[in-house]
Amino acid sequence: MRECRIVSKRFDTPNSHTLKVAKELGAYSAIDIAFGMTPVEIIEIIKESGLRGKGGGGAPAGAKWELMPQDQKRPSYLVVNCDESEPGTFKDRQIISKDPHLLIEGIIITCYAIRAKDAYIYVRGEYYQFQKILQDAIDEAYEAGILGSGVDITIHRGAGAYICGEKSALLESLEGKRGHPRLKPKQKEPEWYFGNPTLVNNVETIASVPYIIEHGASGYREFGTPKSPGTLLFAMSGHVERAGVYEAEFGTPMMEYIDHYGGGILGGKKLKAVIPGGASTAILTADEVKLATLDYEHMRSIGSALGTGGMIVMDEDTDMVEALKNLLEFYHHESCGQCTPCREGTGWSDTILDRVLSGRGSSKDIDKLLDLANIMDGKTICVFAPAVAIVIRSFIGKFRSEFEAKVAK
Amino acid sequence: MSPDIVDKIEELKSKYPSPRALVLPSLWMIQYEDGYISLDAIDEISELIDTPPMEIYRVATFYTMFNLEPVGRYHIQICKTLSCSLRGKSEVLKRVAEMLDIGVGETTSDGKYTLSQVECLGSCGTAPVMQINDIYHENLTPEKAEEIVDSLEKESI
Repeated sequence: MRECRIVSKRFDTPNSHTLKVAKELGAYSAIDIAFGMTPVEIIEIIKESGLRGKGGGGAPAGAKWELMPQDQKRPSYLVVNCDESEPGTFKDRQIISKDPHLLIEGIIITCYAIRAKDAYIYVRGEYYQFQKILQDAIDEAYEAGILGSGVDITIHRGAGAYICGEKSALLESLEGKRGHPRLKPKQKEPEWYFGNPTLVNNVETIASVPYIIEHGASGYREFGTPKSPGTLLFAMSGHVERAGVYEAEFGTPMMEYIDHYGGGILGGKKLKAVIPGGASTAILTADEVKLATLDYEHMRSIGSALGTGGMIVMDEDTDMVEALKNLLEFYHHESCGQCTPCREGTGWSDTILDRVLSGRGSSKDIDKLLDLANIMDGKTICVFAPAVAIVIRSFIGKFRSEFEAKVAK
Repeated sequence: MSPDIVDKIEELKSKYPSPRALVLPSLWMIQYEDGYISLDAIDEISELIDTPPMEIYRVATFYTMFNLEPVGRYHIQICKTLSCSLRGKSEVLKRVAEMLDIGVGETTSDGKYTLSQVECLGSCGTAPVMQINDIYHENLTPEKAEEIVDSLEKESI
Protein backbone atom coordinates (compact mmCIF):
# COMPACT_ATOMS: atom_id res chain seq x y z
CA MET A 1 0.00 0.00 0.00
CA ARG A 2 1.37 3.37 -1.10
CA GLU A 3 2.19 5.95 1.60
CA CYS A 4 0.39 9.22 0.84
CA ARG A 5 1.10 12.32 2.86
CA ILE A 6 -0.67 15.36 1.49
CA VAL A 7 -2.34 16.85 4.54
CA SER A 8 -0.68 14.66 7.16
CA LYS A 9 2.92 15.24 6.01
CA ARG A 10 3.93 17.13 9.17
CA PHE A 11 1.73 15.28 11.67
CA ASP A 12 4.53 13.12 13.07
CA THR A 13 7.07 15.89 13.63
CA PRO A 14 7.23 17.15 17.22
CA ASN A 15 5.91 20.72 17.62
CA SER A 16 4.59 20.76 14.06
CA HIS A 17 1.85 23.09 15.29
CA THR A 18 4.35 25.91 15.83
CA LEU A 19 5.20 28.38 13.10
CA LYS A 20 8.94 27.75 13.40
CA VAL A 21 8.76 24.00 12.86
CA ALA A 22 6.01 24.22 10.26
CA LYS A 23 7.99 26.80 8.27
CA GLU A 24 11.16 24.72 8.42
CA LEU A 25 9.12 21.93 6.91
CA GLY A 26 7.83 24.05 4.07
CA ALA A 27 4.69 25.73 5.38
CA TYR A 28 3.57 28.86 3.53
CA SER A 29 5.70 28.14 0.48
CA ALA A 30 2.58 27.75 -1.67
CA ILE A 31 1.44 31.29 -0.94
CA ASP A 32 3.99 33.01 -3.18
CA ILE A 33 3.22 30.59 -5.99
CA ALA A 34 -0.48 31.36 -5.59
CA PHE A 35 0.06 35.11 -5.54
CA GLY A 36 1.87 34.78 -8.86
CA MET A 37 -1.37 33.58 -10.44
CA THR A 38 -4.69 35.30 -10.92
CA PRO A 39 -7.62 34.24 -8.73
CA VAL A 40 -9.35 32.72 -11.75
CA GLU A 41 -6.23 30.70 -12.60
CA ILE A 42 -6.22 29.23 -9.10
CA ILE A 43 -9.86 28.24 -9.40
CA GLU A 44 -9.04 26.55 -12.73
CA ILE A 45 -6.28 24.51 -11.08
CA ILE A 46 -8.56 23.46 -8.26
CA LYS A 47 -11.16 22.41 -10.84
CA GLU A 48 -8.61 20.46 -12.85
CA SER A 49 -7.29 18.75 -9.73
CA GLY A 50 -10.72 17.25 -9.13
CA LEU A 51 -10.52 18.19 -5.44
CA ARG A 52 -13.73 17.10 -3.73
CA GLY A 53 -15.23 18.37 -0.51
CA LYS A 54 -13.90 16.27 2.35
CA GLY A 55 -16.60 16.95 4.90
CA GLY A 56 -18.77 14.08 3.75
CA GLY A 57 -20.59 15.24 0.63
CA GLY A 58 -17.73 14.92 -1.82
CA ALA A 59 -18.98 17.71 -4.11
CA PRO A 60 -16.34 19.13 -6.48
CA ALA A 61 -14.66 22.03 -4.70
CA GLY A 62 -13.71 23.99 -7.82
CA ALA A 63 -17.31 24.22 -9.01
CA LYS A 64 -18.26 25.70 -5.65
CA TRP A 65 -15.42 28.22 -5.75
CA GLU A 66 -16.48 29.26 -9.24
CA LEU A 67 -19.88 30.33 -7.94
CA MET A 68 -18.25 33.07 -5.90
CA PRO A 69 -18.50 36.46 -7.67
CA GLN A 70 -15.18 38.03 -8.68
CA ASP A 71 -16.68 41.54 -9.02
CA GLN A 72 -16.49 42.45 -5.32
CA LYS A 73 -19.77 44.37 -5.34
CA ARG A 74 -20.36 42.96 -1.87
CA PRO A 75 -17.83 41.50 0.55
CA SER A 76 -17.18 37.79 0.08
CA TYR A 77 -16.50 35.40 2.94
CA LEU A 78 -14.81 32.08 3.45
CA VAL A 79 -16.21 29.86 6.19
CA VAL A 80 -14.22 26.79 7.20
CA ASN A 81 -16.31 23.98 8.61
CA CYS A 82 -14.64 22.41 11.66
CA ASP A 83 -17.87 21.33 13.32
CA GLU A 84 -16.81 17.68 12.91
CA SER A 85 -19.62 15.87 14.71
CA GLU A 86 -20.43 12.88 12.53
CA PRO A 87 -19.99 9.79 14.73
CA GLY A 88 -16.82 7.95 13.67
CA THR A 89 -15.19 11.12 12.35
CA PHE A 90 -12.22 12.72 14.10
CA LYS A 91 -9.89 13.84 11.33
CA ASP A 92 -10.17 17.63 11.25
CA ARG A 93 -9.06 17.84 14.86
CA GLN A 94 -5.77 16.25 13.75
CA ILE A 95 -5.21 19.08 11.28
CA ILE A 96 -6.04 21.93 13.64
CA SER A 97 -3.95 20.49 16.46
CA LYS A 98 -1.02 18.99 14.51
CA ASP A 99 -0.67 21.26 11.51
CA PRO A 100 -2.79 24.40 11.95
CA HIS A 101 -0.45 26.40 9.71
CA LEU A 102 -1.38 24.17 6.78
CA LEU A 103 -4.99 25.20 7.27
CA ILE A 104 -4.06 28.89 7.59
CA GLU A 105 -1.99 28.63 4.40
CA GLY A 106 -4.95 27.04 2.61
CA ILE A 107 -7.26 29.76 3.89
CA ILE A 108 -4.99 32.54 2.60
CA ILE A 109 -4.85 30.99 -0.86
CA THR A 110 -8.59 30.28 -0.95
CA CYS A 111 -9.45 33.80 0.18
CA TYR A 112 -7.23 35.19 -2.58
CA ALA A 113 -8.97 33.00 -5.16
CA ILE A 114 -12.50 33.99 -4.13
CA ARG A 115 -11.52 37.58 -3.26
CA ALA A 116 -12.51 37.29 0.40
CA LYS A 117 -10.87 39.31 3.14
CA ASP A 118 -12.45 37.59 6.10
CA ALA A 119 -12.46 33.92 6.95
CA TYR A 120 -14.26 32.27 9.84
CA ILE A 121 -13.37 28.86 11.20
CA TYR A 122 -16.40 27.34 12.90
CA VAL A 123 -15.03 24.90 15.48
CA ARG A 124 -17.32 22.58 17.43
CA GLY A 125 -17.61 23.73 21.03
CA GLU A 126 -16.21 20.53 22.52
CA TYR A 127 -12.93 20.96 20.62
CA TYR A 128 -11.87 23.89 22.80
CA GLN A 129 -8.51 22.37 23.66
CA PHE A 130 -7.73 21.97 19.94
CA GLN A 131 -9.22 25.36 19.14
CA LYS A 132 -6.64 26.91 21.49
CA ILE A 133 -3.78 25.36 19.49
CA LEU A 134 -5.32 26.71 16.31
CA GLN A 135 -5.76 30.16 17.88
CA ASP A 136 -2.11 30.18 19.00
CA ALA A 137 -1.08 29.38 15.44
CA ILE A 138 -3.28 32.19 14.09
CA ASP A 139 -1.75 34.58 16.62
CA GLU A 140 1.74 33.52 15.52
CA ALA A 141 0.80 34.07 11.89
CA TYR A 142 -0.45 37.56 12.71
CA GLU A 143 2.77 38.39 14.55
CA ALA A 144 4.83 37.17 11.62
CA GLY A 145 2.81 39.35 9.26
CA ILE A 146 1.44 36.34 7.40
CA LEU A 147 -2.09 37.33 8.39
CA GLY A 148 -3.52 40.79 8.80
CA SER A 149 -2.40 42.50 5.62
CA GLY A 150 -4.83 40.75 3.29
CA VAL A 151 -6.77 38.13 5.20
CA ASP A 152 -8.26 38.07 8.68
CA ILE A 153 -9.20 34.82 10.38
CA THR A 154 -11.69 34.60 13.23
CA ILE A 155 -12.47 31.40 15.08
CA HIS A 156 -16.13 31.02 15.95
CA ARG A 157 -16.91 28.46 18.63
CA GLY A 158 -19.98 26.27 18.29
CA ALA A 159 -21.86 25.03 21.33
CA GLY A 160 -22.88 21.43 20.83
CA ALA A 161 -25.18 20.87 17.88
CA TYR A 162 -24.48 18.14 15.32
CA ILE A 163 -26.66 19.83 12.73
CA CYS A 164 -24.32 22.83 12.56
CA GLY A 165 -22.02 20.67 10.46
CA GLU A 166 -24.61 21.12 7.69
CA LYS A 167 -23.32 24.19 5.87
CA SER A 168 -26.49 26.29 5.88
CA ALA A 169 -27.19 25.47 9.54
CA LEU A 170 -23.60 26.43 10.26
CA LEU A 171 -24.16 29.82 8.62
CA GLU A 172 -27.34 30.34 10.63
CA SER A 173 -25.33 29.57 13.75
CA LEU A 174 -22.59 31.93 12.63
CA GLU A 175 -25.28 34.60 12.29
CA GLY A 176 -26.19 34.07 15.93
CA LYS A 177 -29.23 31.90 15.44
CA ARG A 178 -30.37 28.35 16.06
CA GLY A 179 -28.70 25.90 13.72
CA HIS A 180 -31.66 25.32 11.43
CA PRO A 181 -30.74 24.30 7.86
CA ARG A 182 -31.96 26.60 5.11
CA LEU A 183 -34.06 25.66 2.09
CA LYS A 184 -31.90 24.81 -0.89
CA PRO A 185 -32.02 27.26 -3.81
CA LYS A 186 -33.34 26.12 -7.19
CA GLN A 187 -30.26 27.15 -9.14
CA LYS A 188 -26.57 26.96 -8.30
CA GLU A 189 -25.45 29.90 -6.22
CA PRO A 190 -23.01 30.60 -3.38
CA GLU A 191 -24.01 30.32 0.25
CA TRP A 192 -24.98 33.56 1.96
CA TYR A 193 -23.68 35.04 5.19
CA PHE A 194 -25.74 38.04 6.26
CA GLY A 195 -26.70 38.33 2.60
CA ASN A 196 -23.10 38.24 1.34
CA PRO A 197 -21.69 35.57 -0.98
CA THR A 198 -19.89 32.92 1.02
CA LEU A 199 -17.94 29.76 0.39
CA VAL A 200 -18.19 27.00 2.98
CA ASN A 201 -15.56 24.24 2.87
CA ASN A 202 -14.40 21.56 5.27
CA VAL A 203 -11.03 21.92 7.07
CA GLU A 204 -9.38 19.09 5.16
CA THR A 205 -10.56 20.45 1.80
CA ILE A 206 -8.88 23.80 2.48
CA ALA A 207 -5.81 22.05 3.92
CA SER A 208 -5.41 20.19 0.61
CA VAL A 209 -5.15 23.43 -1.38
CA PRO A 210 -1.45 24.26 -0.70
CA TYR A 211 -0.34 20.86 -2.05
CA ILE A 212 -2.35 21.35 -5.24
CA ILE A 213 -0.88 24.81 -5.78
CA GLU A 214 2.65 23.51 -5.26
CA HIS A 215 2.37 20.31 -7.27
CA GLY A 216 -0.27 21.28 -9.78
CA ALA A 217 -3.50 19.53 -10.65
CA SER A 218 -1.63 16.62 -12.18
CA GLY A 219 0.47 16.20 -9.02
CA TYR A 220 -2.71 15.78 -7.01
CA ARG A 221 -4.18 13.41 -9.57
CA GLU A 222 -1.22 11.07 -9.16
CA PHE A 223 -3.12 9.78 -6.17
CA GLY A 224 -6.58 8.27 -6.07
CA THR A 225 -8.88 7.34 -8.94
CA PRO A 226 -9.82 9.43 -12.00
CA LYS A 227 -13.16 10.41 -10.46
CA SER A 228 -12.01 10.55 -6.84
CA PRO A 229 -8.53 12.05 -7.11
CA GLY A 230 -6.19 12.58 -4.20
CA THR A 231 -6.33 11.37 -0.64
CA LEU A 232 -8.51 11.48 2.43
CA LEU A 233 -7.74 11.32 6.13
CA PHE A 234 -9.60 8.08 6.54
CA ALA A 235 -10.21 6.93 10.09
CA MET A 236 -11.08 3.79 11.99
CA SER A 237 -12.74 3.30 15.34
CA GLY A 238 -14.59 0.55 17.16
CA HIS A 239 -13.28 -2.99 17.12
CA VAL A 240 -9.85 -2.55 15.53
CA GLU A 241 -6.44 -3.04 17.11
CA ARG A 242 -5.07 0.41 16.20
CA ALA A 243 -7.89 2.89 15.85
CA GLY A 244 -6.90 6.27 14.48
CA VAL A 245 -6.57 8.56 11.49
CA TYR A 246 -4.38 7.50 8.57
CA GLU A 247 -4.22 9.29 5.25
CA ALA A 248 -4.72 7.08 2.22
CA GLU A 249 -5.52 7.57 -1.43
CA PHE A 250 -9.01 7.10 -2.78
CA GLY A 251 -9.56 3.68 -4.26
CA THR A 252 -7.70 1.82 -1.51
CA PRO A 253 -9.37 -1.52 -0.71
CA MET A 254 -11.20 -1.14 2.59
CA MET A 255 -10.03 -4.42 4.09
CA GLU A 256 -6.42 -3.70 3.15
CA TYR A 257 -6.71 -0.35 4.91
CA ILE A 258 -8.20 -1.89 8.04
CA ASP A 259 -5.55 -4.62 8.16
CA HIS A 260 -2.56 -2.45 7.24
CA TYR A 261 -3.20 0.59 9.43
CA GLY A 262 -5.68 -0.79 11.91
CA GLY A 263 -3.84 -4.03 12.59
CA GLY A 264 -6.98 -6.07 11.98
CA ILE A 265 -9.99 -6.76 14.17
CA LEU A 266 -9.59 -6.30 17.90
CA GLY A 267 -8.59 -9.43 19.77
CA GLY A 268 -8.37 -11.48 16.55
CA LYS A 269 -12.14 -11.76 16.33
CA LYS A 270 -14.12 -11.98 13.12
CA LEU A 271 -15.44 -8.92 11.36
CA LYS A 272 -19.21 -8.52 11.31
CA ALA A 273 -19.84 -5.13 9.77
CA VAL A 274 -18.46 -1.67 9.05
CA ILE A 275 -20.27 1.63 8.89
CA PRO A 276 -18.04 3.12 6.21
CA GLY A 277 -18.18 6.90 6.32
CA GLY A 278 -19.52 8.27 9.55
CA ALA A 279 -22.74 7.01 11.17
CA SER A 280 -25.00 8.33 8.42
CA THR A 281 -23.90 5.93 5.68
CA ALA A 282 -25.40 2.49 4.98
CA ILE A 283 -23.77 -0.28 6.99
CA LEU A 284 -21.77 -2.92 5.10
CA THR A 285 -21.63 -6.61 5.96
CA ALA A 286 -18.25 -8.37 6.26
CA ASP A 287 -18.72 -9.85 2.78
CA GLU A 288 -19.35 -6.41 1.31
CA VAL A 289 -16.36 -4.95 3.14
CA LYS A 290 -14.06 -7.53 1.55
CA LEU A 291 -14.98 -6.23 -1.91
CA ALA A 292 -15.24 -2.53 -1.06
CA THR A 293 -12.80 0.14 -2.21
CA LEU A 294 -12.58 3.55 -0.61
CA ASP A 295 -13.81 5.94 -3.28
CA TYR A 296 -17.05 7.82 -3.84
CA GLU A 297 -18.11 5.94 -6.98
CA HIS A 298 -17.53 2.45 -5.68
CA MET A 299 -19.21 3.11 -2.34
CA ARG A 300 -22.23 4.54 -4.13
CA SER A 301 -22.36 1.55 -6.49
CA ILE A 302 -22.77 -0.80 -3.53
CA GLY A 303 -25.59 1.26 -2.08
CA SER A 304 -23.63 3.08 0.59
CA ALA A 305 -21.50 6.23 0.60
CA LEU A 306 -17.93 7.21 1.33
CA GLY A 307 -19.11 10.05 3.57
CA THR A 308 -16.40 11.36 5.86
CA GLY A 309 -14.29 8.19 5.53
CA GLY A 310 -14.66 7.55 9.26
CA MET A 311 -15.17 3.79 9.51
CA ILE A 312 -16.84 2.25 12.55
CA VAL A 313 -15.76 -1.38 12.72
CA MET A 314 -17.85 -4.01 14.50
CA ASP A 315 -16.80 -7.53 15.44
CA GLU A 316 -18.81 -10.75 15.41
CA ASP A 317 -20.16 -10.23 18.94
CA THR A 318 -21.77 -6.87 18.22
CA ASP A 319 -25.52 -6.75 18.80
CA MET A 320 -26.88 -4.96 15.74
CA VAL A 321 -30.17 -4.04 17.41
CA GLU A 322 -28.24 -2.36 20.24
CA ALA A 323 -26.00 -0.64 17.71
CA LEU A 324 -28.97 0.77 15.79
CA LYS A 325 -30.57 1.86 19.07
CA ASN A 326 -27.39 3.74 19.93
CA LEU A 327 -27.50 5.60 16.63
CA LEU A 328 -31.22 6.34 16.85
CA GLU A 329 -30.66 7.89 20.27
CA PHE A 330 -28.01 10.05 18.65
CA TYR A 331 -30.31 11.17 15.84
CA HIS A 332 -33.22 11.69 18.22
CA HIS A 333 -31.06 13.96 20.36
CA GLU A 334 -29.53 15.82 17.45
CA SER A 335 -32.55 16.43 15.21
CA CYS A 336 -32.84 20.22 15.07
CA GLY A 337 -36.62 19.98 15.31
CA GLN A 338 -37.39 22.20 12.37
CA CYS A 339 -39.18 19.60 10.19
CA THR A 340 -41.92 17.42 11.63
CA PRO A 341 -41.01 14.12 9.89
CA CYS A 342 -37.51 14.32 11.34
CA ARG A 343 -38.36 15.64 14.79
CA GLU A 344 -41.13 13.08 15.33
CA GLY A 345 -39.66 10.28 13.23
CA THR A 346 -36.34 10.11 15.05
CA GLY A 347 -38.05 10.10 18.45
CA TRP A 348 -40.67 7.59 17.43
CA SER A 349 -38.18 5.13 15.94
CA ASP A 350 -36.00 5.45 19.05
CA THR A 351 -39.06 4.65 21.22
CA ILE A 352 -39.97 1.63 19.10
CA LEU A 353 -36.50 0.16 19.36
CA ASP A 354 -36.53 0.83 23.09
CA ARG A 355 -39.66 -1.29 23.30
CA VAL A 356 -38.08 -4.04 21.21
CA LEU A 357 -34.99 -4.14 23.40
CA SER A 358 -37.01 -4.26 26.60
CA GLY A 359 -38.69 -7.44 25.33
CA ARG A 360 -42.08 -5.91 24.63
CA GLY A 361 -41.72 -5.67 20.88
CA SER A 362 -43.64 -7.46 18.13
CA SER A 363 -42.85 -8.26 14.53
CA LYS A 364 -45.01 -5.29 13.54
CA ASP A 365 -42.39 -3.04 15.12
CA ILE A 366 -39.80 -3.95 12.50
CA ASP A 367 -42.19 -3.02 9.70
CA LYS A 368 -43.15 0.13 11.56
CA LEU A 369 -39.49 1.18 11.67
CA LEU A 370 -39.24 0.68 7.91
CA ASP A 371 -42.48 2.68 7.48
CA LEU A 372 -40.97 5.48 9.51
CA ALA A 373 -37.87 5.40 7.33
CA ASN A 374 -40.11 6.05 4.32
CA ILE A 375 -41.90 8.84 6.13
CA MET A 376 -38.60 10.54 6.99
CA ASP A 377 -37.03 10.15 3.55
CA GLY A 378 -37.19 13.06 1.13
CA LYS A 379 -39.68 15.14 3.05
CA THR A 380 -37.45 17.48 4.99
CA ILE A 381 -35.32 20.57 4.42
CA CYS A 382 -31.93 18.89 4.89
CA VAL A 383 -30.49 15.40 4.50
CA PHE A 384 -30.50 14.55 8.20
CA ALA A 385 -33.78 12.58 8.10
CA PRO A 386 -32.97 10.82 4.80
CA ALA A 387 -29.71 9.71 6.41
CA VAL A 388 -31.61 8.25 9.35
CA ALA A 389 -33.81 6.42 6.84
CA ILE A 390 -30.70 4.96 5.18
CA VAL A 391 -29.34 3.82 8.54
CA ILE A 392 -32.60 2.13 9.58
CA ARG A 393 -33.09 0.42 6.21
CA SER A 394 -29.52 -0.83 5.98
CA PHE A 395 -29.43 -2.23 9.52
CA ILE A 396 -32.78 -4.01 9.19
CA GLY A 397 -32.18 -5.00 5.57
CA LYS A 398 -28.84 -6.65 6.30
CA PHE A 399 -29.37 -7.97 9.81
CA ARG A 400 -33.13 -8.60 9.88
CA SER A 401 -32.79 -11.95 11.62
CA GLU A 402 -31.27 -10.25 14.67
CA PHE A 403 -34.24 -7.90 14.88
CA GLU A 404 -36.67 -10.77 14.43
CA ALA A 405 -34.96 -12.77 17.17
CA LYS A 406 -35.51 -9.88 19.57
CA VAL A 407 -39.24 -9.67 18.91
CA ALA A 408 -39.84 -13.44 18.82
CA LYS A 409 -39.16 -13.88 22.51
CA MET B 1 -21.46 41.11 33.59
CA SER B 2 -17.91 42.29 34.09
CA PRO B 3 -16.53 45.33 32.23
CA ASP B 4 -14.01 42.95 30.74
CA ILE B 5 -16.73 41.07 28.86
CA VAL B 6 -18.35 44.30 27.74
CA ASP B 7 -15.00 45.41 26.27
CA LYS B 8 -14.46 42.07 24.58
CA ILE B 9 -17.90 42.12 22.99
CA GLU B 10 -17.30 45.65 21.68
CA GLU B 11 -13.94 44.56 20.30
CA LEU B 12 -15.44 41.52 18.55
CA LYS B 13 -18.01 43.65 16.74
CA SER B 14 -15.39 44.76 14.22
CA LYS B 15 -14.82 41.14 13.17
CA TYR B 16 -18.36 40.42 12.00
CA PRO B 17 -20.75 42.01 9.50
CA SER B 18 -23.47 42.28 12.16
CA PRO B 19 -23.48 42.37 15.99
CA ARG B 20 -26.11 39.63 15.85
CA ALA B 21 -23.25 37.23 15.10
CA LEU B 22 -22.04 37.75 18.66
CA VAL B 23 -24.81 35.74 20.31
CA LEU B 24 -22.71 32.57 20.69
CA PRO B 25 -19.45 34.32 21.67
CA SER B 26 -21.33 36.40 24.27
CA LEU B 27 -23.09 33.39 25.75
CA TRP B 28 -19.76 31.60 26.03
CA MET B 29 -18.18 34.51 27.88
CA ILE B 30 -21.10 34.68 30.30
CA GLN B 31 -20.96 30.96 30.94
CA TYR B 32 -17.25 31.10 31.74
CA GLU B 33 -17.78 34.01 34.11
CA ASP B 34 -20.93 32.86 35.90
CA GLY B 35 -20.82 29.09 35.35
CA TYR B 36 -24.21 29.23 33.65
CA ILE B 37 -26.44 31.55 31.68
CA SER B 38 -29.08 33.46 33.60
CA LEU B 39 -32.03 35.39 32.19
CA ASP B 40 -30.51 38.56 33.61
CA ALA B 41 -27.32 37.96 31.68
CA ILE B 42 -29.34 37.42 28.51
CA ASP B 43 -30.98 40.81 29.02
CA GLU B 44 -27.57 42.42 29.36
CA ILE B 45 -26.24 40.75 26.21
CA SER B 46 -29.38 41.84 24.40
CA GLU B 47 -28.59 45.50 24.90
CA LEU B 48 -24.95 45.13 23.96
CA ILE B 49 -25.54 43.37 20.66
CA ASP B 50 -28.87 44.90 19.77
CA THR B 51 -30.73 41.59 19.59
CA PRO B 52 -34.04 40.86 21.37
CA PRO B 53 -33.65 38.78 24.58
CA MET B 54 -36.13 36.21 23.31
CA GLU B 55 -33.92 35.60 20.26
CA ILE B 56 -30.92 35.03 22.50
CA TYR B 57 -32.93 32.72 24.74
CA ARG B 58 -34.02 30.72 21.69
CA VAL B 59 -30.35 30.24 20.85
CA ALA B 60 -29.24 29.47 24.40
CA THR B 61 -31.83 26.70 24.68
CA PHE B 62 -30.88 25.15 21.34
CA TYR B 63 -27.23 24.36 21.99
CA THR B 64 -26.51 21.56 24.46
CA MET B 65 -23.29 23.04 25.80
CA PHE B 66 -25.00 26.08 27.25
CA ASN B 67 -26.08 25.53 30.84
CA LEU B 68 -29.19 27.40 31.85
CA GLU B 69 -28.82 26.07 35.38
CA PRO B 70 -25.65 25.98 37.48
CA VAL B 71 -23.60 22.79 37.15
CA GLY B 72 -20.92 21.30 39.37
CA ARG B 73 -17.42 22.74 39.45
CA TYR B 74 -16.35 19.69 37.46
CA HIS B 75 -18.74 18.81 34.69
CA ILE B 76 -18.00 15.22 33.74
CA GLN B 77 -19.43 14.37 30.35
CA ILE B 78 -19.11 10.81 29.14
CA CYS B 79 -19.53 10.12 25.44
CA LYS B 80 -22.23 7.54 24.75
CA THR B 81 -22.22 7.27 20.95
CA LEU B 82 -21.39 4.12 19.00
CA SER B 83 -17.57 3.95 18.96
CA CYS B 84 -17.33 4.74 22.68
CA SER B 85 -20.16 2.34 23.36
CA LEU B 86 -18.39 -0.47 21.45
CA ARG B 87 -15.22 0.14 23.46
CA GLY B 88 -16.64 0.01 26.97
CA LYS B 89 -18.33 3.31 27.73
CA SER B 90 -20.91 1.64 29.99
CA GLU B 91 -18.30 0.29 32.42
CA VAL B 92 -16.63 3.69 32.63
CA LEU B 93 -19.94 5.40 33.29
CA LYS B 94 -20.87 2.84 35.93
CA ARG B 95 -17.58 3.29 37.78
CA VAL B 96 -17.76 7.09 37.77
CA ALA B 97 -21.41 7.11 38.84
CA GLU B 98 -20.62 4.74 41.73
CA MET B 99 -17.67 6.84 42.83
CA LEU B 100 -19.68 10.04 42.90
CA ASP B 101 -22.84 8.28 44.08
CA ILE B 102 -24.99 10.18 41.59
CA GLY B 103 -26.87 9.29 38.43
CA VAL B 104 -26.65 10.78 34.96
CA GLY B 105 -27.88 14.37 34.93
CA GLU B 106 -27.29 14.81 38.65
CA THR B 107 -24.95 16.99 40.69
CA THR B 108 -23.30 15.94 43.95
CA SER B 109 -24.77 17.60 47.03
CA ASP B 110 -21.58 19.62 47.58
CA GLY B 111 -21.92 21.08 44.09
CA LYS B 112 -18.56 19.73 43.04
CA TYR B 113 -19.48 17.28 40.27
CA THR B 114 -22.15 17.02 37.62
CA LEU B 115 -22.35 13.81 35.61
CA SER B 116 -23.70 13.83 32.07
CA GLN B 117 -23.82 11.53 29.09
CA VAL B 118 -23.27 13.28 25.79
CA GLU B 119 -23.41 12.43 22.10
CA CYS B 120 -20.30 11.93 19.96
CA LEU B 121 -17.33 14.00 21.10
CA GLY B 122 -15.35 13.33 17.93
CA SER B 123 -12.79 11.25 19.74
CA CYS B 124 -13.81 7.87 18.37
CA GLY B 125 -10.26 6.66 17.72
CA THR B 126 -9.38 7.00 21.38
CA ALA B 127 -12.67 5.67 22.77
CA PRO B 128 -14.05 5.63 25.34
CA VAL B 129 -13.68 9.29 26.17
CA MET B 130 -14.96 11.73 28.75
CA GLN B 131 -14.78 15.47 28.83
CA ILE B 132 -14.21 17.22 32.14
CA ASN B 133 -14.83 20.93 31.73
CA ASP B 134 -12.77 21.78 28.62
CA ILE B 135 -10.44 18.80 28.60
CA TYR B 136 -10.78 15.38 26.95
CA HIS B 137 -9.63 12.25 28.75
CA GLU B 138 -9.17 9.52 26.18
CA ASN B 139 -8.55 5.76 25.93
CA LEU B 140 -10.36 5.25 29.23
CA THR B 141 -10.79 2.15 31.30
CA PRO B 142 -12.86 2.13 34.50
CA GLU B 143 -9.57 2.19 36.44
CA LYS B 144 -8.18 5.12 34.50
CA ALA B 145 -11.43 7.05 34.90
CA GLU B 146 -11.33 6.38 38.63
CA GLU B 147 -7.78 7.74 38.86
CA ILE B 148 -8.77 10.89 37.00
CA VAL B 149 -11.78 11.56 39.22
CA ASP B 150 -9.60 10.81 42.26
CA SER B 151 -7.07 13.38 41.13
CA LEU B 152 -9.84 15.99 40.88
CA GLU B 153 -10.80 15.18 44.43
CA LYS B 154 -7.23 15.83 45.59
CA GLU B 155 -6.90 18.94 43.45
CA SER B 156 -9.97 20.51 44.99
CA ILE B 157 -9.04 20.06 48.64
